[in-house]
Amino acid sequence: MESLRDKVAIVGMGCTKYGDHYDKTGEDLLVEACFEAFEDAGIDQHDIQAAWLGGGITGQNLSHALKLDFVPTTRVENWCATGSDTLRNAALAVAGGFYDVALVAGFVTKPDGHRHANGIYGGGPSGNWFFGEETSFAGPPAGTFATFATRYAHHYELTYDQLKEGLGAIAVKNYANGLLNPKAALHRKVDMKAYLEAPMISWPLGLHDCCVMPSGAAAAIITRADLAPKFRDDYILVRGIGMSVGTKQGRLDPDYDWVHFEENVIAGKTAYAMGGISDPLKEIDLACVHDAFTVVELAAYEDLGFAPRGEGGDYAKAGVFNRDGELSVNPNGGLKSFGHGVGSSGIHKAYEVYKQLQGKCGERQVKGTPTLGLTHDQGGYPGTYTTVITLLSTRD
Amino acid sequence: MAAIVSYGAYIPKMRMGPGTKNWPNKTQRAITNFDEDAVTMAVAAARECLRGFDKSKVDAVYLASTSLPYSEKQAASLVATAVDLRSDIFTADIAHSLRAGTQALRMALDGVRAGTFTNALVVVTDNRLGQPGSDLEREGGDAAVAFLIDGDAAALKVSSSHSIVNDILDVWRGDGDRMLRSSPEEHFRYEEGYLHAVTTCVSGMLSHTSQQIADFDKVVLYSPDARRRGEAVKRLGITPEQLVEPPAGLGSSGVAHAFLQLIHALETAGPSEKILLVNYGDGADALVLKTTEDLAAVRQDRRSVAAQAEKGVPIADYYDYLRWRDLGPATLNGHRVAAAPHAIYREQDEVIRFHGMRCTSCGMVQYPAQRVCVKCQVKDTNEPISMSQGGGTLFSYSMDYVAATPDVPLLHGVIDFEVGGRAMMMVTDRDLDAVKIGMPLELTFRKFSEADGISTYLWKAAPAR
Repeated sequence: MESLRDKVAIVGMGCTKYGDHYDKTGEDLLVEACFEAFEDAGIDQHDIQAAWLGGGITGQNLSHALKLDFVPTTRVENWCATGSDTLRNAALAVAGGFYDVALVAGFVTKPDGHRHANGIYGGGPSGNWFFGEETSFAGPPAGTFATFATRYAHHYELTYDQLKEGLGAIAVKNYANGLLNPKAALHRKVDMKAYLEAPMISWPLGLHDCCVMPSGAAAAIITRADLAPKFRDDYILVRGIGMSVGTKQGRLDPDYDWVHFEENVIAGKTAYAMGGISDPLKEIDLACVHDAFTVVELAAYEDLGFAPRGEGGDYAKAGVFNRDGELSVNPNGGLKSFGHGVGSSGIHKAYEVYKQLQGKCGERQVKGTPTLGLTHDQGGYPGTYTTVITLLSTRD
Repeated sequence: MAAIVSYGAYIPKMRMGPGTKNWPNKTQRAITNFDEDAVTMAVAAARECLRGFDKSKVDAVYLASTSLPYSEKQAASLVATAVDLRSDIFTADIAHSLRAGTQALRMALDGVRAGTFTNALVVVTDNRLGQPGSDLEREGGDAAVAFLIDGDAAALKVSSSHSIVNDILDVWRGDGDRMLRSSPEEHFRYEEGYLHAVTTCVSGMLSHTSQQIADFDKVVLYSPDARRRGEAVKRLGITPEQLVEPPAGLGSSGVAHAFLQLIHALETAGPSEKILLVNYGDGADALVLKTTEDLAAVRQDRRSVAAQAEKGVPIADYYDYLRWRDLGPATLNGHRVAAAPHAIYREQDEVIRFHGMRCTSCGMVQYPAQRVCVKCQVKDTNEPISMSQGGGTLFSYSMDYVAATPDVPLLHGVIDFEVGGRAMMMVTDRDLDAVKIGMPLELTFRKFSEADGISTYLWKAAPAR
């Protein structure tokens, strides 16, 4: 089995502002993000040899928007891990030498009264997904993720207040980062007091534990690493990718502890082995992780080796993951305030890492000279996940 | 021979009474929770009745009710499936009259006596929905009972019965009506209806069998409310010692009302007690019953009516009740999506029978059943196992304030089953202050949604009673 390490480079990226965008269609958002990426790479849409789209219901959503005349285009759907898996599929094709220049794009729009409009396909009421076992949780995702938080507190013998202080540190950090990001959906100052006083959504998770779900699009132009210098000097290399898909073990098996996500651990190990990482906290300069709920970011700290088990909250409170901390996590504001654009999230996370590694993030630039970043996408619910982890690094 | 060998009663946990804000009455009644109806109560009563008995011997189910969810489509078949009975059995709904319960009981006894059935299950259930503000709303109650009829053994014998017919519009519900209506002429309604029928029927029975009312140890009497009950007791000459009082604060639970009192009487009855049961509706039925020595053994293992009556919890506000019954202001806070009939049918074993799997290769229990075992990964090793035969414990939970349910917050539970396996399930009948990791749970059949005329059901967890 060959390694993907350093075989593919990102030579251009684009990303819309994330927000309500009630006045924009998916076409508008894709055009905006992709043309920013084209300009960044110094190409136009006629240079694209193949394209992959996260979100929508067909690759044609992208072909039609950009007029990618007769170019092969594939739509990828993999829940909240869609964005990263879209990049992964394109990277594999480019690394294999089948295409020199490929487009990776993802988007999400507010539902227009059609259940596919947000890019999530659930099967509909007649399918096994909404009937049968899955009717067991009739609520939105918060209810399932909150069971993880409840068990986490029980397992590590944290009081409610102790749990919330750890999660609150994560929320406050991500709000603060979002304030400095003009493309973030929310620009809102939320301190610990406001966090603790927020309305309950699904106990123990409150409003500020939950991400914002805006509209937006992000895009990347990728090429083989040996071709990258033709596009730009500061291209970014794909150092490694790890992916893991659960088979519902945690949902079915009473032995599962409900305080970690095995898919994260395995995808992390794969990516770290490929990228030659042995001490993630020290070696990685920044990470954009899946914080659909604060407790998911907490789990990522522990599953990805950023913090010892049971200490993720303490590390967050100590500022380890702040923008000026040892490992900046979600410097773009995270899904919490930048926004969770299902279908595009993995790509907008890569956009942040790409820009940070190029030193172009202005006010919110992480400290020092970052050379290695990580993105983490996680789709599913406690008990079964699809996790994709991507390591991106500067050249040499 | 044919006799009753087991019984079970189910009284929903919720009450509407003085503890309920905006409830304009002094009386209290039992009400079904937002996710209960006549079918779910029937399943609960049937499970209670069958505990300790071999349910594979049941070969007939008679379901008596005036409040079943369908005008066309049997409910007994659904109850039989949820109780996980055999498929090669006789099922029938006995509906349309408050006397449906005594009718069903007599048919079941006849069927077993004739040798047609070995065991027959009679389930009597009613979810009384009166117009908001009406006396039917005030005086009604919701409850279910079940009896198992056997050809060999006996805990309660039915020695004779007598019926009269009295066709009258005193209380009715037209085809298409959701709520009960009644004649505004109260004197007519009770004098020509209830009081006329029960007195005529009882005197007829006494003269046919050459008995006196004083010959009975106990008398169980259906009654629409306390006032008419007092009147009937006086006219029939029933002494306070004989009269079985209905458990307080439950209301008049329609077809189940007389039987709920009967079970209440059985909870303290000795052997060889003679009981008269009088039921009403479009006429009246009088049944003469006699307890046996075997009653005590059944009683030991049953949740008593008295205990269930005591454990009620008042609904906070009458307007919550109206919202639960879809009688209040329109709200988006409810599930109104019908599952496709083919999906309900396809997933009957998983959703209604509540079968999981036990892997024949590694033994692991999983719910729902998987084609490939999650543990040993061998294909098609699915041996069905009933998940509802035991309870469970709460491994983790959340309380969802934005869930699509009329009763927020929705308690999501991660449940470890007593029979093995784990699932995420909704937890109903919950007391939020008492929820904690590790608490024991029982499994209960509940209504999930109603749309396009389709009622869908599933199993939930509830705090162990």
